Amino acid sequence: MFSLDLLANAVTAGILLGGFYAAVAIGLAIAFGQLDIVNIAHPAFVIAGSYVAYILNARFGLDPVLVGVMVAPVFFAAGAVIYRIYYAAFERTGQESLSGLAFFFGMMFIIEVVLILVYGVDYRLVSADYIGMTIQLGYVGIPLRMLVPFGVAVALTVGVYLYLSRTFMGRAILAVAQDRLALQLMGADPVRVKQFAFGLAIATAAIAGSLLIIIGPVEPSVGRQYIGRVFAIVVLGGMGSIPGMFVAALLLGIVESLVATFMGPSWAPAVAFGVLLLTLALRPSGLFGRA
Amino acid sequence: MQSRSGSMLYLAGRALGVLFIALALTGTALAQQKNPIKIGFSMALTGALAGAGKGALIAMEIWRDDVNKKGGLLGRPVEFVYYDDATQPAKVPAIYSKLLDVDKVDLVVSSYGTNEIAPAMPIVMRKKLVFPSLFGLAVNDEFKYNRYFQIMPAGPDPKLDWSRGFFQLALEQKPRPQTVAIVAADAEFALNAAAGAHRNAVGMDLKIVYNKTYPPATTDFTPIVRAIQATNPDIVFIASYPPDSVGMVKAANEVGLKAKMFGGSMVGLQFAAIQKNLGPLLNGIVNYDFWVPEATLNFPGVKEFLAKYQEAAKGKGVDPYGHYLPPFAYAYLEILGQSVEATKGMDQAKLAAYMHKTTFSTVVGKVKFGKNGEWEKSRMLQVQFRDVQPDNLEQFAGPGKRVVIYPKEWKSGELVYPYKK
Amino acid sequence: MKISPFWITVAVIVVAGLVFTGSTTNEYYFNAAYVILQAMMMAVAWNILGGYTGYVNFGTAGFFAVGAYTSIALDKAWDLPLPVLIFAGGAVCALIGLGVGYLTLRLKGVYFAIATLAMAIVFETLINNWSYVGGAKGAYILTPEKHLWFGSYIEMLFMVMLLLTIACVAISRKLNSSRLGRGLAAIRDDEVAAECAGVPTLRLKLISTTLMGAMMGAAGAPYPFFVTYVDPQSAFNLFVAVNAIAMPMIGGTSHWLGPVIGALLVGTMQEVITVTVSSELNVLIVGIMLVVFITLAPQGIVGLVQKYRLKRTP
Repeated sequence: MFSLDLLANAVTAGILLGGFYAAVAIGLAIAFGQLDIVNIAHPAFVIAGSYVAYILNARFGLDPVLVGVMVAPVFFAAGAVIYRIYYAAFERTGQESLSGLAFFFGMMFIIEVVLILVYGVDYRLVSADYIGMTIQLGYVGIPLRMLVPFGVAVALTVGVYLYLSRTFMGRAILAVAQDRLALQLMGADPVRVKQFAFGLAIATAAIAGSLLIIIGPVEPSVGRQYIGRVFAIVVLGGMGSIPGMFVAALLLGIVESLVATFMGPSWAPAVAFGVLLLTLALRPSGLFGRA
Repeated sequence: MQSRSGSMLYLAGRALGVLFIALALTGTALAQQKNPIKIGFSMALTGALAGAGKGALIAMEIWRDDVNKKGGLLGRPVEFVYYDDATQPAKVPAIYSKLLDVDKVDLVVSSYGTNEIAPAMPIVMRKKLVFPSLFGLAVNDEFKYNRYFQIMPAGPDPKLDWSRGFFQLALEQKPRPQTVAIVAADAEFALNAAAGAHRNAVGMDLKIVYNKTYPPATTDFTPIVRAIQATNPDIVFIASYPPDSVGMVKAANEVGLKAKMFGGSMVGLQFAAIQKNLGPLLNGIVNYDFWVPEATLNFPGVKEFLAKYQEAAKGKGVDPYGHYLPPFAYAYLEILGQSVEATKGMDQAKLAAYMHKTTFSTVVGKVKFGKNGEWEKSRMLQVQFRDVQPDNLEQFAGPGKRVVIYPKEWKSGELVYPYKK
Repeated sequence: MKISPFWITVAVIVVAGLVFTGSTTNEYYFNAAYVILQAMMMAVAWNILGGYTGYVNFGTAGFFAVGAYTSIALDKAWDLPLPVLIFAGGAVCALIGLGVGYLTLRLKGVYFAIATLAMAIVFETLINNWSYVGGAKGAYILTPEKHLWFGSYIEMLFMVMLLLTIACVAISRKLNSSRLGRGLAAIRDDEVAAECAGVPTLRLKLISTTLMGAMMGAAGAPYPFFVTYVDPQSAFNLFVAVNAIAMPMIGGTSHWLGPVIGALLVGTMQEVITVTVSSELNVLIVGIMLVVFITLAPQGIVGLVQKYRLKRTP
């Protein structure tokens, strides 16, 4: 049942899906990959972003992506505040990884329940003109419902990457991940820098959330499905590497898509995470990580 | 080291004591009154099934209020004692043993869904209680309990009856379809429905060209739909949960799937928010349902009930129309209430006997149970979506959009075949 | 030889348990206690690798579920008695634990944690596709007829779980104060230094992971008999994993009493909340408790007590 056009379509679908995964994972790539903050609640923030997109889309008819971008600064501020609490409680006292993990577990539940209390548990969806249209390139069909999130994800990734490598604050973020003391000696306040970085990470969650609800229906516990995927993507790509994260996300999307098309979708998670295990066994620093 | 761990132990012992006392106090603190009739149950108010569970609770509370307005059961007011099982089966045994041993409820009914019904079965079976159950597929096939009553109208052989109508319709079409693709979510209900579909298809000499399952956390269904497309099936039977149903319908539309019949066992296409969002994409899909606002299903009491439900559901974040589960949640309590009144008491043996032999009149019409506690006659409806307009929720409140095409006694229209996409 | 207060307490608890099962027909407490004891076993097990040795296991749900499914598979094949099933569940997961132990050679810190998560997902997918145990359709395990001299099956399950939990706690306590435990603590604090100081790190890590695996498998093995219907989605569920980590953290990870206290506190609170407050607030309270506790008492309750006593000593 193997045919070239099926293969081409599967790979294309995988790339589009992978791009979306990258949008969800980029916040974790910053928080976890560079700052070593085990933010297991990141998918929950993404879901919160989806709900905001839903509300403004349902009430005012605004395009979900537009909403995501508009709301990003609010999420940024929230991220900054949460980081302050996290820093005061854990980083200052040197308790991070395990306690931070438990802290974010708790945050995940709190976010989920608040969403349930406010919005209820019915599935939420958005409508936009481009959902449902397909572009046909030869025998490859590209649904806009997947293409738009892919495009936004690419823009987001490129934007974050350029920001981190070109601006002062961005470079400071990369620096604080590598050598905090040196950064202090250079006159920058590492706590401020990390606060900014974490805010940035949560801001990306707002945008990722709007993409998620374009692709499919959302209800508060949907975030749990993404926990494994996002951590796998960040680790697979290499901690601290944004391009690595993007490549890893594409890889995951393509593998899932190929397995779903040719083998049987029920094996997709095993294959995807099997690939991760293999990578960890052979090259623990990930694809692009500093070994 | 010895003394430190010794006094730690002392501390732990005291903590243990305090905590056990707290647990015990909680149990006894809920002192029981003699007067009201207490009906106990667990319900999924949080977790994956909460959307349906909350809607069911609203319907059940309407029943309770209706009964109490008329003077209650046997002249006594009806009270509910219920706890949230959070869609976690592990919570159910503790909840039911508390309901029975501590809260001392008079009657029990089930939670929603196979996962939550099954863990309670050993407990109710041991205490020989009548157990009206809310929507679990073929749970009693395993337990063979003679006091189990299932309000879901699947029929005497639930796994087969579920999809029988869909395939029977297919067979009646000319030219006769030859091939079928079956796809299901990797989860209990969907797999059972798909297995039944497989047997039906084989029994009707259809060639099965695709038969795979997908993990419930799948985000994008385009690859799956393309793989199905590549096998060129006449019929596509899907057993899916709400997010997957949406994904499948959208992907099928984007890929341009050219099947002649599409649908089957897709949960979610009965929910208002999803219907509104999918809009015209639904047209032509043949899917199961239990109650739709068609003229042939206008049972006495159902319109009044739905009006009350829709009022109560405002702002609660549940399905605003309540066509799917709520009428049945109301009906199964109607049945319990009518049985208590008829047998003039709560003797479980008498109740069970009465519930087995009686045909009840409820808001969902006449209900008669068979020997295994399932409906004696299947009332799995197959409906086809027609003339659905985009972005319009109100159109689903009335008839004409979900035409009943099976079974014959409830038909309100003919199947359009092949469904044009 | 002086009998330590620990064993006296254990004897008292066992006798109390037996008396309890003989005296009351109210099954609610047994059901609730079963859940708390199961959580305690998982917490104690997790803590051996997480708290003592410093390797965070994210895949606890995997071990638990494999224990449960070993039980289901063997029960379907040969209808074996419960103790055999528990032993089998423990043995299978011990082997998996051994494998995970070898994994620690290549992966440290968070990489190890992610690898355990990936492993759990792979197991879940494998079981989803294994139709003998029902696959994703789930399996029904009907409550057996025999329950020895106990009043009902749940009373027997409760007693079995009580004995298993006591055994795990005893092992954990022995480990805590033994040479083995000190070796594990050395690994947790600085593995390279420990290796240089002559600590046989690989052997100790293997013991640690194997023990953890065995305990988790034994905790999972009776689960099908408790809940009657098991499917992969509920066996591999997030709450089991969260509790296994949260309870030792709240109780305190460096002392054997930590997970015990954590499980008692959090488990009891969860049970009480289920039958009082109910609804979404249940999950909210767990979340808030977790955040508040971790923020104010990062060393857990045990840490708080130790700090308090340190202040008291002149």
